[in-house]
Amino acid sequence: MSDATKPPNGSGSQSPGIIGKRVPKLDALDKATGRAQYGHDVTLPGMLVGKILYANVPHARIVSVDIARAQKLRGVRAVITGANNPGRKFGYGTDNTPLKGDKVRCRRDEVAAVAAVDEDTANEALELIRVEYDELPAVFDPRAALVEGAPKIHHDKPSNLFTRYDYSHGDAERAFDSADVVVEGDFDLPYVTHSAMETAFCLAAFDLQGHLTVWSTTQIPFLLQRDLSEALGIPGREIRVIQPTIGGSFGRGLDVYPFEPITVQLAQATGKPVRISFSRTEEFFASAHRQPAIVRMRSAARHDGTLWAREARLVLDAGAYISWGAVTPLVMMETVASLYRVPHAKFVADVVYTNNLPTGAMRGYGNPQSTFFTEVQMDELAEKLGMDPVEFRLKNANQPNEETPQGLKITSCGLRECITEAAQRIGWESRAATDERRFETDEPHVRRGVGIACTLNVGGGARIYRSDGCGATVKVDDFGRVTLVTGSTEIGQGSETALAQIVAEAMGVRLEDVTVINSDTSVKPWDVGVHASRTTFIAGNAAWRAAQDAKRQILAHAAQMLNVSADALEIGDRIVRVKDDGRQVAFDKVVRALHYREGGTFVIGTGWYDPPTQLVDKDTYKGNISAAFGFGAQAVEVLVDMETGKVRVLRLVAAHDVGRAINPMYCEGQIEGGVQMGVGYALTEELLVRDGQILNPTFLDYRVPTALDMPEIETVLIETADPEGPFGAKGVGEMGGTPTAAAIANAIFDATGVRLRRLPMTGERVLAAIIKGESNAASQTEP
Amino acid sequence: MRDNLLRMAKMRFPILLVVNGEEHELEIDPRRTLLQTLREELELGGTHLGCDSGDCGACTVLLDGEPAPSCLVLAADCDGRAIVTVEGLLQNGEPHAVQKALVAQGGIQCGYCTPGIVVSSVALLRANPNPNEAEVREAIAGNLCRCTGYQKIVEAVLAAAK
Repeated sequence: MSDATKPPNGSGSQSPGIIGKRVPKLDALDKATGRAQYGHDVTLPGMLVGKILYANVPHARIVSVDIARAQKLRGVRAVITGANNPGRKFGYGTDNTPLKGDKVRCRRDEVAAVAAVDEDTANEALELIRVEYDELPAVFDPRAALVEGAPKIHHDKPSNLFTRYDYSHGDAERAFDSADVVVEGDFDLPYVTHSAMETAFCLAAFDLQGHLTVWSTTQIPFLLQRDLSEALGIPGREIRVIQPTIGGSFGRGLDVYPFEPITVQLAQATGKPVRISFSRTEEFFASAHRQPAIVRMRSAARHDGTLWAREARLVLDAGAYISWGAVTPLVMMETVASLYRVPHAKFVADVVYTNNLPTGAMRGYGNPQSTFFTEVQMDELAEKLGMDPVEFRLKNANQPNEETPQGLKITSCGLRECITEAAQRIGWESRAATDERRFETDEPHVRRGVGIACTLNVGGGARIYRSDGCGATVKVDDFGRVTLVTGSTEIGQGSETALAQIVAEAMGVRLEDVTVINSDTSVKPWDVGVHASRTTFIAGNAAWRAAQDAKRQILAHAAQMLNVSADALEIGDRIVRVKDDGRQVAFDKVVRALHYREGGTFVIGTGWYDPPTQLVDKDTYKGNISAAFGFGAQAVEVLVDMETGKVRVLRLVAAHDVGRAINPMYCEGQIEGGVQMGVGYALTEELLVRDGQILNPTFLDYRVPTALDMPEIETVLIETADPEGPFGAKGVGEMGGTPTAAAIANAIFDATGVRLRRLPMTGERVLAAIIKGESNAASQTEP
Repeated sequence: MRDNLLRMAKMRFPILLVVNGEEHELEIDPRRTLLQTLREELELGGTHLGCDSGDCGACTVLLDGEPAPSCLVLAADCDGRAIVTVEGLLQNGEPHAVQKALVAQGGIQCGYCTPGIVVSSVALLRANPNPNEAEVREAIAGNLCRCTGYQKIVEAVLAAAK
């Protein structure tokens, strides 16, 4: 007998059913034909357009806000300010308010908002608002913000240091003294931004009883209820959140932004539905970007190729307000302390307030940053040891069923297989003749190189809140339609399809008979939100439990109808049949028979899953944060033009341990999309920020890779059948983009002999490093 | 300048838009883009606003058979011209081969860029029924996608060409 509380993990036998099938997304046809309804498509009768006036000064006291002219403009229905509409503090750091009343701390700060009959009128009204500021000294460098006497961003906080993360295991200080090989370097990581193709959106409407409905692009519908309640004083039970089709998010929607309570305040002020849709420019400056990091890192190894110690010291620019992005050091330290076997590790990160734009969570949640500097140094160590980088990684790789010194309980682990597959498919063997290969190109000034990097990710949820749970119900109606209502959120990744496959498999019903409802807090059970690559694993386990519950109810009644025990029955092809003698009853008829009888009932199964994990200890940061871990290795082949510094990624192999691919097509899709963000992080993407202002807030100047910039991606799914995952699956959402930048940096080194420690590795920077490397031929590394 | 704009805001121009084979007589504000007109006047929501500056391709439509960013085209300039949106590529309720292939090959995730990708790809296949991979990448280079890494989109368009 299998454990009744857990879905099979798929080890041993391959499922004959729908698990592992490349079925299209349930909503793909609607999306392909333009029928899907996104937030921007939602309209309500009488709906007004909301617009926000931003400070555009980095640090100032608000002396006065004159809204008289704006209020008089025809078509304007409300003008609100922090003075006439004070909100309460909200957000992860409880340091933000919807509209700012006394002081602005960054150029994005929301000073006033307008609701008008159309967009032109709203924009015109903004131009009529006059704000007088008394400017204050501002600080934009987080290191300067930590110096005594620096301008203080929040007067009610003890200093500009929001928090320090200080982690260690082993004895890192002394380990460096006893190491045989040490590498050390400074890394500089830029602001980058999610760039979801649909911009952020909020529509708020009150009914006559005062109940609020909010349509939102959020990733955290239940926490949005809570945060709106906190910011506005409206009881959470009066707030309903609806998520229309969401056009990508990538972490943008993990925090509640001021524009969301402001939309609600405008709806309150006007008594009409109000919509605020970000323009692309707003999306560029008002999203919570991935924070820049200033990093000092060192790594050490022993002569025999044993990884020995790591130490990373980071300064992270949180900007003017603290978001969930401030928690990313938890993930960064995981890479430093637990990617490979690391006997000694130290990690210190200061999260600092500045007058820059607020930063936040973006796909990978700290991991793309930490994997970059950690994996570049793995390569440097291998080089200094005179060891092949692949061999060095294999020697130190994490193994199944081991606990890291940090307390991560690694169960399934395919890291070695990932490394081997990626290396083999990129042609690592022939790299032995590196020097010849470098010049094997059509043009003499173009060199070729290959590089590899690995990644460790949470793959079984991540307990960053006290609960990492998700609820699900499975209802069966009297026509045999199976409806999964899941707490989880679909942002385009394909979770609704994977969950439908899990339910279909668990119940023995056809995929086409399963509907997924996941978009309305008044209907769906509670869930933490879509983040940490958790949905297939957490919501999948919950959906499986709900499906089992519904199936039990159906089989119990069918057993009565057929006069056999429930164990003797199976469901398949819309029929419940006796396994031995083939007697049967239609699946929908069983449900109808339950409805139409005295003392009848209906079929609804429930499932809740909260993984067996821990919050990390608040002092030591140790603990098993996730119920499973995902691994991956990416190998790339690049061409570097030695005269221009231009890097072209020719090929990329992404081998990832996904546990079990519920839907291989979308596992690949997650990885390939991640790779694109990784290629952008590596080579082209950087928000240029000067004095708290973004200089390149357009897709013309902020270069997201196009189809021409992307290499051919070969994705390899390594299936290790995780014991806790639904049908063996682990999370895959974020890890595709995590090792990419390091793999490309390592390939650039292979091609040119220069190390790049600053992202993005633009042609200009690569060329400068090449010139520096040539003029300093004694050393092959950038100092 | 400002006064001129305000005066224009009150003016209305009669135009004839031929969208997906249907004629629409409209009285439009001359400042309105084709994208705004399609979405707001004709309720064709499949054409998406991504950047409003011609950089992302989410609003691509066929204008006299050529792909064009509808956010950069004034509706007034489209008087009498033939416009095809993503909705207009279905024939007798049957999706276009590109649409079917994107569905089948996993070329769609969040789907926000998809209508633009579909329109650019259909234009490519009409001009070049047997493109190679480089030609497909070139044809959709003006359509940003943040979800797929383009891998499965390129595979789908190549499959649709077969």
